Amino acid sequence: MSLSTTDVSRIAGLARLRMNEAEIIAAQGQLNGIFGLIEAMQAVDTQGVLPMAHPQEASLRLRPDAVTETDRRAAYQAVAPAVEKGLYLVPKVIE
Amino acid sequence: MKWEVVIGLEVHTQLSTCSKIFSGSSTAFGAAPNTQASAVDIALPGVLPVMNRAAVEKAICFGLAVDAHINRTSVFARKNYFYPDLPKGYQISQFELPIVEGGHINIVVGDTVKTVQLTRAHLEEDAGKSLHEDFQGMTGIDLNRAGTPLLEIVSEPDMRSAAEAVAYARALYTLVTWLGMCDGNMQEGSFRVDANVSVRPLGQAELGTRREIKNLNSFRFLEQAINYEIQWQIDLLEDGGRVQQATVLFDPDSGETRVMRTKEDAHDYRYFPDPDLLPLVITEADIDAVRATLPELPAAMAVRFAETYGVSAYDAGLLTQSLALAQYFEAAVALCPQGKLLANWVNGELAARLNREDRALAACSLSAARLAGLVARIADGTLSSKLAKQVFDALWDSDLDADAIIERDGLKQVSDSGAIEKLVDEAIAANPKAVEEFRAGKEKALNALAGQVMKASKGKANPAQVQDILRQRLQ
Repeated sequence: MSLSTTDVSRIAGLARLRMNEAEIIAAQGQLNGIFGLIEAMQAVDTQGVLPMAHPQEASLRLRPDAVTETDRRAAYQAVAPAVEKGLYLVPKVIE
Repeated sequence: MKWEVVIGLEVHTQLSTCSKIFSGSSTAFGAAPNTQASAVDIALPGVLPVMNRAAVEKAICFGLAVDAHINRTSVFARKNYFYPDLPKGYQISQFELPIVEGGHINIVVGDTVKTVQLTRAHLEEDAGKSLHEDFQGMTGIDLNRAGTPLLEIVSEPDMRSAAEAVAYARALYTLVTWLGMCDGNMQEGSFRVDANVSVRPLGQAELGTRREIKNLNSFRFLEQAINYEIQWQIDLLEDGGRVQQATVLFDPDSGETRVMRTKEDAHDYRYFPDPDLLPLVITEADIDAVRATLPELPAAMAVRFAETYGVSAYDAGLLTQSLALAQYFEAAVALCPQGKLLANWVNGELAARLNREDRALAACSLSAARLAGLVARIADGTLSSKLAKQVFDALWDSDLDADAIIERDGLKQVSDSGAIEKLVDEAIAANPKAVEEFRAGKEKALNALAGQVMKASKGKANPAQVQDILRQRLQ
């Protein structure tokens, strides 16, 4: 499969990226290169092979349910661009 | 045309753990903004999530309770979307391999029992909160809730009316609170419902196009929103329109649903397995350990109440609406083995009182033992049901027991036939007209006389005895 420039624009939209015409064409070429690679991989016979979620033969470590963190808001908010009443401020977004 | 309604629910239950799903931050509600948001919760670069064991156990517990399959291996995935209260730019959830698959819940609608099949239940993290008021052109972000563990429970589209959807949501609510996996505080968002609603011509196999009503946090809103949505879709279709797939919000003030986004601009979440988290492996030993802690489930308890205490199926269902209520009943019935009578009082007077005062059972000072003491005095004939109500009121407002109140207020029912005969004779002498009417065949006149006797006894005469003696005297 190969991507159209419309597909690329849509993906850019989902990723909140603004791209101009030239960037879209460049990204289209790169993405199609990746799809080429995927097509090559898909040609491999994977009948009977379980999908792999993780390359290591290991399982998730679980921790006990205990509160171990303390309030470090002041430190974290020191690097935030805008803060008020303990809240991080961001440009208004309403869905 | 006859339409058939098809509803499926997705319910987000907040798991009642002390700490978050992937960090050691507290999940306590109501803290000052961002004071319970650690480096992991605010997504500082380089941090890694570590899974909370209790969240896994609660998910297993739910799976066992609904007779579902627990996947021995399940996988966490990233659900990608951009919103400021989701600091990583993705939500850690489960997609292809959830922890729980299948299962079912029985619901009762009217007199019929119906089984709703479950599709799946998966673990995920909650997002933070956006506060749009108060800040000129800006949105305030509180990440205290970010990373709170959720179990999203997805049903099959098995419900055919708003009433069924509400019955299912209530049954699920009873179960998750019963199991202690969710505190059930709907105001605080611990139990949030999304409803997928579609309609189709009756008899058509293919499903109609659905619209999803998001984030309903009360059973009343759930019912209102679904009923509005059903009518809206039917009106549209009957006018020759077509339903467009969309996500809608319910506005409780107007009672209407409005479109939040259509499929055109719907998110494409680009799920993929989260490389930061290894597969979650659950052993038989893990499952057995959780099974050993599983309490008797509400449905089983209702059957036992009916069999052991002679309670009707309807009353048993009410008594098992919450674990606290069921335990209250059991404690009372242990002291006063009058199951049916006790059930009447618990589901009647007690429930009405709690409801009227908007109080939880836990906040009520009338202990099971004191209620049992009252019911015992009804059962042995000391109290008529009218006097019992009086004693109930007194119990509610004091910490005395029933016997002490009966003694204090002289509320003992009079069953001494000599005393009652005297009152009956007086009533007969004072009401010759009623006597005549009764003798002429007017049954109602007897009640008038009995009323006079009860009044003269200040409500304490045994009503059955009064009736008997009156009849004897007038024959």
